[in-house]
Amino acid sequence: MAQQSGDGFGPDLADVFGPAHSDGGPELVQLLTPEGERVHHPEFDLDFSAEELRGFYRDMVLTRRLDVEATALQRHGELGIWAQLLGQEAAQIGAGRALRPQDHVFPTYREHGVAWCRGIDPLQLLGLFRGVDHGSWDPEERHFGLYTIVIGAQCLHAVGYAMGMQRDGDVGTGDPDRDAAVLAHFGDGASSQGDVNESFIFAASYNAPVVFFCQNNQWAISEPIERQSRIPLYQRALGFGFPGIRVDGNDVLATYAVTRAALQRARDGQGPTFVEAYTYRMGAHTTTDDPTRYRLSDDVERWKLRDPIARVEVYLKRNGLVDEAFLEAVADEADQLGATLREGCKALPDPAPLSMFDHVYAEMTEELAAQRDGYAAYRETFEGGVA
Amino acid sequence: MSQRVTLAKALNMGLRRAMEDDDKVLLMGEDVGKLGGVFRITDGLQKDFGEDRVIDSPLAESGIVGTAVGLAMRGYRPVVEIQFDGFVYPAYDQIVCQVAKIHYRSRGRVKMPMVIRIPYGGGIGAVEHHSESPEAQFAHTPGLKVVTCSNPVDGYWMIQQAIACDDPVVFLEPKRQYHADKADLDDQATPDPLFTSRIVRPGTDATLISYGPMVKTAMKAAEAAATEGRSLEVVDLRTLSPLDMTPVLDSVRRTGRAVVTHEAHVNLGMGAEVAARITEECFYSLEAPVLRVGGFDTPYPASRIEEDFLPDLDRVLDAVDRSFDF
Repeated sequence: MAQQSGDGFGPDLADVFGPAHSDGGPELVQLLTPEGERVHHPEFDLDFSAEELRGFYRDMVLTRRLDVEATALQRHGELGIWAQLLGQEAAQIGAGRALRPQDHVFPTYREHGVAWCRGIDPLQLLGLFRGVDHGSWDPEERHFGLYTIVIGAQCLHAVGYAMGMQRDGDVGTGDPDRDAAVLAHFGDGASSQGDVNESFIFAASYNAPVVFFCQNNQWAISEPIERQSRIPLYQRALGFGFPGIRVDGNDVLATYAVTRAALQRARDGQGPTFVEAYTYRMGAHTTTDDPTRYRLSDDVERWKLRDPIARVEVYLKRNGLVDEAFLEAVADEADQLGATLREGCKALPDPAPLSMFDHVYAEMTEELAAQRDGYAAYRETFEGGVA
Repeated sequence: MSQRVTLAKALNMGLRRAMEDDDKVLLMGEDVGKLGGVFRITDGLQKDFGEDRVIDSPLAESGIVGTAVGLAMRGYRPVVEIQFDGFVYPAYDQIVCQVAKIHYRSRGRVKMPMVIRIPYGGGIGAVEHHSESPEAQFAHTPGLKVVTCSNPVDGYWMIQQAIACDDPVVFLEPKRQYHADKADLDDQATPDPLFTSRIVRPGTDATLISYGPMVKTAMKAAEAAATEGRSLEVVDLRTLSPLDMTPVLDSVRRTGRAVVTHEAHVNLGMGAEVAARITEECFYSLEAPVLRVGGFDTPYPASRIEEDFLPDLDRVLDAVDRSFDF
């Protein structure tokens, strides 16, 4: 018989949820081990072609290069800040590649890999962090929303958008080109936010076609996951009335398979799913952060052994699915991307000052137009070197 | 066709007509469906338009506004009801950080044609959090438009115009006027544009500027002043952001005196903005400083003493007297 906890309020959490596992526990869905060994799962197993596997590898290498270059650009003063994704490439590429064109993504500010999968020009991501705009891509064109900085706010937008898909009749028709779902991204820290919990309630109440994709990277700036939750995050979903799955977020095959299944479930009209991608933020929260102040280098070293790219590379090599020419080509492509980003970032033009008045409203107000015109006239007085 | 209706009925009719005209218009909020809202403003609409268009929501204000953001992104025109003024604050982040900024952030690619309906103001003897006037907090936020109606005819037209507007509109409904007076509503008439203020009583000696629930008080004050031989012009602002100052400035240039009155706290309230603009634009026409009469800078008090908090016609007339004393 399970021992009662000392406070008299029922069984100890460990009795209910099992012992805490630093490796994600036995429930972790995994298809490729950190050692590059292909394993199978009764529910989520898929066959992957060599081309798909090489594609995952290429996506992850290029996304990592984007992250490394952006970090360097911030260090050189070209970006105001950068939110690093190092270590989370598999979670993002797996989820991103599971999408269909008509699905819609609501990202936070770290979804560079998902943006890559949606065909967003990486320079447009840099523009936001450089401060030339708030995101210059069209959210509808590639069905990838603008980055949202307020933690968790976008999860409610995701549910509302999914409710719109329901009303448009784009759910559960059986037509694979029509049925659509929403992928909502957030992190372990955001799981503490009211908006995220409210989005779970609305999604469950209306059976909205949405997949909540939480990248549990263990750290909300300096706050560890233990400060956010006493139970494994994916188990919270049950309390809201929909399934939760924990997947190895460093295993691109598993994140792809699980997200694909969850998205299909949503498109079929079976409602929301919570996917917890169990991963680790190898870098800092952003470039302003100093993780050496709050975490052990041992942990970082341990997670290096679970690198999401290395395990795919080992698998590809061991099974003869790549040759040196392919690996070199990807490396060259990464170098080229790096050069393009370095040059392109510096060439991004500052916006015209008066553009700050544009698009405050769909219908400009007279009072704002007067402010704009007044400032324009004021600037005119400085022409000719007077300033 | 003309009929005599209350503000509550006029709003209900306006919502109905907007839903008939555009099937992208959705209503959402707590109790708006089967109950018809706690003030019955949405009465009968779910029955006629269905649960997919008149959506009873979970009890979560941020959730209501945040999901409406997503619906607007998908091409819908959501009209959300916040049950009472004091309950809007859990949704404040979504309103000021998301609703107000998404059009700007997306450089105009994503429109946010949303209406946030808020029954506001006091005078109904409610418990705390049910009588507040948060208009300045929203009018201070670029990206939002803020309007308030003072009578059934405006209520009918303004709610439809707000729904048709491609910008997000905070629509403040003076709850103590919901069932107070009836007016003749001609649904074939041509209404004034939404973002305009209007002189509702002509006068020559001083200008009373008000909006929403206080317009009735201002009109009563003007009637009382007339019996003493003083002619007060009354302006109903109707739009708080953007402010339509033209009728106000024209009036003050004629009368030389201005008193602004509202239920909200005086400090940093709408009256401060109106007074500043009058001073900037018609300083040389003024015979006296612009005076303000508002709720005191206290939390809204217990309802047994709310009549002391709310400006009444005597406090308004006292301010008019002070204006003439200069």
